[in-house]
Amino acid sequence: MRSFKHFSAVFMARNREFIRDRSSWAWNVFFPILLIAGLAVMFGNDNRSILKIGVYPVQIESEPFFSLKHLQYVTIENLDNAIVRVKRHQYDLLLDTQSKRYWVNDNSPNGYLAEQLLMANGASTYLREQISGREVRYVDWALPGILGLNMMFGCLFGVGYVIVRYRKSGVLKRLKATPLAAIEFLSAQVASRLWLVMAITLSVFFGTHFFLDFTMHGNYFSLIFVLTIGAIALITLGLLVAARTASEELAGGLLNLFTWPMMVMSGVWFSLEGAHPMVKGAAQLLPLTHIVDAARSIMIDGASLLDVRWNILFLIVFTLFCAVIGSRLFRWE
Amino acid sequence: MTAIIEVTDLVKHFTPNKKDSVKAVDGVSFTIEQGTCFGLLGPNGAGKTTTVEMLEGIVAPTSGSILYKGEPIGERFRHDAGIMFQNTALQDYMTVSEALNMFGSFYTKTVPAKILIDQCALHEFLDRDARKLSGGQKQRLLLAIALVNDPEVIFLDEPTTGLDPQARRNFWQLVDDIKARGKTVVLTTHYMEEAKLLCDELVFMDHGKIIAAGSPHKLLSTSFNDVLLELPAESVPASLPALNIHTLNHGKSRAEFKTTDLNLTVKHLIDHGVSLAGMEVRSRSLEDLFIELTGQELRS
Repeated sequence: MRSFKHFSAVFMARNREFIRDRSSWAWNVFFPILLIAGLAVMFGNDNRSILKIGVYPVQIESEPFFSLKHLQYVTIENLDNAIVRVKRHQYDLLLDTQSKRYWVNDNSPNGYLAEQLLMANGASTYLREQISGREVRYVDWALPGILGLNMMFGCLFGVGYVIVRYRKSGVLKRLKATPLAAIEFLSAQVASRLWLVMAITLSVFFGTHFFLDFTMHGNYFSLIFVLTIGAIALITLGLLVAARTASEELAGGLLNLFTWPMMVMSGVWFSLEGAHPMVKGAAQLLPLTHIVDAARSIMIDGASLLDVRWNILFLIVFTLFCAVIGSRLFRWE
Repeated sequence: MTAIIEVTDLVKHFTPNKKDSVKAVDGVSFTIEQGTCFGLLGPNGAGKTTTVEMLEGIVAPTSGSILYKGEPIGERFRHDAGIMFQNTALQDYMTVSEALNMFGSFYTKTVPAKILIDQCALHEFLDRDARKLSGGQKQRLLLAIALVNDPEVIFLDEPTTGLDPQARRNFWQLVDDIKARGKTVVLTTHYMEEAKLLCDELVFMDHGKIIAAGSPHKLLSTSFNDVLLELPAESVPASLPALNIHTLNHGKSRAEFKTTDLNLTVKHLIDHGVSLAGMEVRSRSLEDLFIELTGQELRS
């Protein structure tokens, strides 16, 4: 009971500190909203001048359909992935020249046009496979990454940098002189940052969802669960960075050491599908990669928690590692 | 009187790098009696703050022992002690009343906020952000925080450094009130006037060691048996005959006699036609003792 009283006092103090700092609101809330809105405007209406046709396994040059102008033919290796792309409107039509089948999305106007061109050019022997699915815009694809990125900055700098500042200014020294235990202090920091980050992330998500109607095929609970586990993993990484660091400059450098690779390699802005295997392997060691992958799978593919269990497992192991090492290394001064 | 804190052979080494080892505190022993004001004095770098921080449980000693009410520093001490550090920051955007509430919630026994506010005169700025307080106001808030658990022993580390004379005097009054309630106060200070006014027992430290200890009166009476007599330098001729009861330091603007018999020295001056206009006489102070003990050079 006494522990809870201590915890709650530090928890409330940290909440007030964040909420009263107006400049942090601009960065944490308004910036991601502006970024999402900007992407929606820039990439929302993707007016391609040509139709995009996926071809598996090879084009047959003798067929007249493959000699049409203003069509982009993309040779693909994985038929299953290509079908998903048709479902998301990323391909307007998919042709399997081997089994003489084609896939078209009946929700896609471009798909209809591509199908008519196919029929008019002597391909009536192809068997029609109809699929349906909503278009996945770039902003739909990028949203989990932007939410994850905002969480990453909020968690790492909101915990790591703040604790180092407390240490440098003598706040921690003053708290050490009271009966407050280190674990009470640290858990209050984690809890305060967790609810603030989740409140901001969910506000940004639902706020922009209202206007931009994002693709959401999965369960909202699953998404919130993954984001929460991810936020805890990032907060504990912040604690690890701040465990002993006494200089704000060093803390800034260490935090950049973690944030920059995650910004570039965690699949926030672009897919790493075609990247070098070493880059893909390194990306799997970053918590943001697992947060973004799991959130994207839930939102776009309708994945369940079971489907993203390896991402969740990684985040839990990562959290335990950082929390145990960080709390062991922690010192007030 | 009973001892509340007993310190034996306290040593603290710092290792700023692998090659160097700095002995900040070097075998210090003393006892602090319950209900007294105990002062630690010394020049910068003497080891006062390190010693006090070891007493407060903030810094771990390299060797030696510190007992609080006969027990090593622990949970009981943290509940019984009130601490005001030399430099303390609070969380940003925290008001005075919020700071009192937060620190109050860490303790099982607390003083009602209203009493603290009255004692430390915090009424005027209760809802103000603690970062926006003046120096004197901030020190009063930090003192209130140190008193929030109705402590048995209060540590004040250079509490009036940087305050204007009026704020300093107001603060001394607050410490006097705390003493009047029977609390034990441990004070470190640079101000000898403050030490003389507030402290019952003093310890002078230099180079990590205790170089003198005792009550202010005892220290002065055992260290000095003379008084100082000062005259304008031009009033005292260089040809004035010497007398074995005093020594003369003839400066550019003032001539200073250290005399063991004031009447005889004054008679000697009159006999030799020295004008006594502008004469000042004062007894020896803690400041003189401080300079005598630690050397005259200014160390930073």
